[in-house]
Amino acid sequence: MEEQIKNKDISKENETEVPLDKTVRLMSPTRMVVRRFFRSKLSIIGLIMVISLFLFSFVGPIVYSEWGEIELDESGKTEYSASVTTYTVNGREYIVRQTTEKSLKDNFLAPPSAEHPLGTDNEGYDIFVRLMYGGRISLIVSFIAVFLITILGVIMGGIAGFFGGAVDNIIMRLCDILICLPGIPILLIISTILDASEIDAKYRIYLLMIYLTFISWPGTARLVRGQILSLREQEYMVAAEAMGYSAPRKIFKHLVPNVMPQLIVQMSLSLGSMILYEATLSYLNLGVKAPYAAWGTMINIISTNPDILQNHLNVWVPAGICIVIAVLGFNFIGDGLRDALDPKARR
Amino acid sequence: MSEEIKSNDFDPEAILEVRNLRKCFPLKKTVTGKVTQELIAVDNVSFKLKAGETLGIVGESGCGKTTLGRTILKLHAATGGQIIFDGKDITNYNSKQMRDIRKEMQIIFQDPYSSLPPRSTVGGILSEPVEVHNIVPKDKVKDYVLDLMTKCGLRDYYYERYPHEFSGGQRQRICIARALSVKPKLVICDEPVSALDVSIQAQIINLLKQLQNELNLTYVFISHDLSVVKFISDKIGVMYLGSMVEFGSKKDIFANPLHPYTKALFSAIPHPDPKVKMNRIILKGDIPSPANPPKGCRFHTRCPNATDICREVAPEYKDYGNGHCAACHLLG
Repeated sequence: MEEQIKNKDISKENETEVPLDKTVRLMSPTRMVVRRFFRSKLSIIGLIMVISLFLFSFVGPIVYSEWGEIELDESGKTEYSASVTTYTVNGREYIVRQTTEKSLKDNFLAPPSAEHPLGTDNEGYDIFVRLMYGGRISLIVSFIAVFLITILGVIMGGIAGFFGGAVDNIIMRLCDILICLPGIPILLIISTILDASEIDAKYRIYLLMIYLTFISWPGTARLVRGQILSLREQEYMVAAEAMGYSAPRKIFKHLVPNVMPQLIVQMSLSLGSMILYEATLSYLNLGVKAPYAAWGTMINIISTNPDILQNHLNVWVPAGICIVIAVLGFNFIGDGLRDALDPKARR
Repeated sequence: MSEEIKSNDFDPEAILEVRNLRKCFPLKKTVTGKVTQELIAVDNVSFKLKAGETLGIVGESGCGKTTLGRTILKLHAATGGQIIFDGKDITNYNSKQMRDIRKEMQIIFQDPYSSLPPRSTVGGILSEPVEVHNIVPKDKVKDYVLDLMTKCGLRDYYYERYPHEFSGGQRQRICIARALSVKPKLVICDEPVSALDVSIQAQIINLLKQLQNELNLTYVFISHDLSVVKFISDKIGVMYLGSMVEFGSKKDIFANPLHPYTKALFSAIPHPDPKVKMNRIILKGDIPSPANPPKGCRFHTRCPNATDICREVAPEYKDYGNGHCAACHLLG
């Protein structure tokens, strides 16, 4: 009882005097990072780029719904060709004038017009609309892949770094083996198998992304392990041990939050490279297949007809610009976050 | 070292009893994992401590004070000997069994800057152990933590703040509050004040003393500062190169130091009056490497009175009356 009364006295004392440090509200580490992030112009530009791509891909098809992703413009057009043939039979000359009327079903390779803001491609699909749907695929797939890579990398790296010894050895050797595997040749094989097994073209890319996750997690695992190796020698980890916390609690509540800064940077940078990877796969016809749209597939059209490369820039340049914007945007954000999360940086 | 006799007759009065405690760190290993060279950090240390007492452990840097503290808490596995805490031999407890013992014994670290997790608030740091060990019901955790903060001299609005917003003294108060949050019986204070400046040292030591009276805590107070140890301790242990060279009550040790090392150590306590002439016993040489300790008495390389027997035979650790123990041939 006596103790309680004493405590009350102290708290009363606190109420009456308002000390200086109560009026000066210091910022939490997270708020400081946000403030530093928005101080950099480049990271704001990156953020705007990425957000506008998201709006374009996910809200765009709802606002502009003239054409669907796999909807052909069947308005067609009529081509007229005239020919004059001269025959000589028995010394007499016959002149035949012939006019051919050829009716095409699809309106392909149309130039930009009010109907098709960016024209149509060689099949007669609307390029502007397919750009939006292609963005959906690229963004969703890269987010899924990065998410999976991060989860797998944090779990494996966390376990390896925390327990050390034999466990660490096994996981790290597994990482070494996976890093040794050449990505593209194996992808070619998997792609052929997928072709043979007649999997719906829509789901192919997700299966390939799972494969990409499988070969890409060692990078993140190494990063996490390295950080945890240095963090676990910190005195607050000894304090956590002395408190009798369980190993999962120590790893995921005390160590991983302290790896988060590096992890966030790594994630934003690998989002960019995943978009690039996805585009490469689609370009090589390993990823998304026709009739579905992806930025890489749209650039791939040039391989069907060299004329398109030279004379129909509207078919493939927009997709290239989209890829550049996405990769640049994510890299700008990553760089901005790296500077903002650097503890040595000034406020 | 001779085979330790492991017995189960524990002194019921002692809350902590350490028998022949030994801790070695492997330095070199062969491919097969056999240790070829090792560093003996703690060698044959024994003492008893009653509940509510404070044991001060003094010694030079690198003499194994911190290792002793951490081995008692089983943060390092002991190589040999026994640790008896509260009537239980915890030497061979596995980590699951230790988890229940953890809340009975806690540690306060030397460096208040690295011993607090940088990414959680003071409230989070203090309530986590309370929740993990179910010290109070879930809905009362916050009240309990705020009460604890008041006890340790922290204001209640610090609850939402982060460790980097505090000064060293305040951080050490947070560390003390964290250690006390699980209601321990024994607290190992590993040089808790040596990183702080003198005025804050006094505050923290007074806080520790006040909390000891309130909560009947037992302290093992590790320090290299003799004046601090003199102020807070009931018993004092002097360590040199991993072994305890002298142990006894504060009164006995300060009035009548037996071991030449203790004498030399006490002669180095600075006196506030510059006119007082100090009879310093200056030790020659450096402390030998614990990886390669000298033969015989470990102190003979620096002892001013060393004889031939000191160089050959390790002295026995004997009681010279009233629990005042020392290890030296010269005492007869």
